[in-house]
Amino acid sequence: MINWLANPARFMRLSAKAVPWCGWAAALVLAVGLFWSLVVAPPDYQQGDTVRIMYVHVPAAWMALSVYLFIAVASAVALVWRHPLAEVAARAAAPIGAAFTFVCLATGSLWGRPMWGAWWVWDARLTSVLILFFLYLGYIALANAFDDPSRGGRAAAVLALVGVVNLPIIKFSVDWWNTLHQPASIIRIGGPRIDISMLAPLLIMAVGFTLLFAVLLMLRMRTALNERRAMALRLNAGPVHAPRPAREQAVSARTAVP
Amino acid sequence: MAAFLGLFRRDLSLALRQGGDTGLVVGFFVLAVVLFPFGVGPEPEVLQRVGAGIIWVAALLAALLSLDRLFEADYQDGELDLLALSNLPLELAVLAKCAAHWVATGLPLALTSPFLALLVDLDPRSIATLFASLLIGTPALSLIGSVAAALSLGARRQGVVLSLLVLPLYIPPLIFGAGAVEASAVGNGARAYLLILSAITLASLAFCPWASAAALRQALE
Repeated sequence: MINWLANPARFMRLSAKAVPWCGWAAALVLAVGLFWSLVVAPPDYQQGDTVRIMYVHVPAAWMALSVYLFIAVASAVALVWRHPLAEVAARAAAPIGAAFTFVCLATGSLWGRPMWGAWWVWDARLTSVLILFFLYLGYIALANAFDDPSRGGRAAAVLALVGVVNLPIIKFSVDWWNTLHQPASIIRIGGPRIDISMLAPLLIMAVGFTLLFAVLLMLRMRTALNERRAMALRLNAGPVHAPRPAREQAVSARTAVP
Repeated sequence: MAAFLGLFRRDLSLALRQGGDTGLVVGFFVLAVVLFPFGVGPEPEVLQRVGAGIIWVAALLAALLSLDRLFEADYQDGELDLLALSNLPLELAVLAKCAAHWVATGLPLALTSPFLALLVDLDPRSIATLFASLLIGTPALSLIGSVAAALSLGARRQGVVLSLLVLPLYIPPLIFGAGAVEASAVGNGARAYLLILSAITLASLAFCPWASAAALRQALE
């Protein structure tokens, strides 16, 4: 299956068909999810309507972690099996993951101001997510720091695997340390502790974010592959010269020495 | 074993003969710590409160300075290719280089720290804990730094990329090292912090040579 997907041309054909479908699906699911979260879902008994930030903050956080895991797996595949598309996928996903992490931190900050009275606290969950953000930025910087792009891709792949140790720290930080951030309410032993009226729009937003990630990833991968083709064509075309007018070309063809 | 010791001795004599590296690192350490009282004011209470953190952060930044010379010179003149092809596993070669690096930079940092602790007015028990925490923590700094140095070999703006990569990874030793000193200033609990710091150092001893060797192999392709 992985080998079947390794052909860039096949990927371009499949993604050309998949992007519109995923795009419209993402738009639809996000529209439904946003309406459900912002209008239909009940306000919290303690936080009132401020709780609606959760419907953006939590899915963004899930995506931030999942995208890093995706990058780590793709990096492992690229390093071990030299899969040609895995490195492209990892490098394409990194800015999207960094953006999700930033959204998570920003919405969390906006939520923390009315709830905790502070824009930022140095508790374990916030600190480890901030480190995740820096890991994303470091990955992007390292991948682009080399003149040889494939060397950059390989170095960044190793960095992604080294940084995977941060993911369990983020997940369990709220259990290991007594933090201000809410402990795990959904992915925990014993099942979710949140009511279905809030869990449903949360999961719909999560699905919408995932579809959005898929669309953006495919678009970025297609762009990267097209860039590579363009560069290869330019390298193979030889020295640049201005195209001669057709009449001159025909004249010189007739008078050319055989 | 002979190869490991030979590489360790070679790197150590190179570092000591060039001399400037140890002096540079310790000099930066001292200057950085001296800068802070000018910034936060000379009151002893304030300095006592933040002193441990200042010394640890300055040690981190000083260790950062010396990292790019860990592999760069050998990469440029082809020595790294020879090491990769030799009988000695690349992981052990990395370990030998990190050990020499620690003796040339981390150990002097730890040895200078008690004198700097006097500048920020720490009490004697905290000074002892600071010395112990730096002694335990600086090997972790050399090892984690070696991973970042190996990753950024041959990069444009290598120094900047190196700093960007290594500072997030340096945060756990910093948390527990500075935390140990603060715990001993308050009265108890430093032992727990020092034990976790030792765990971090041992874990990096196990993991980092392997990661650095993988990164070096990518660089040498």
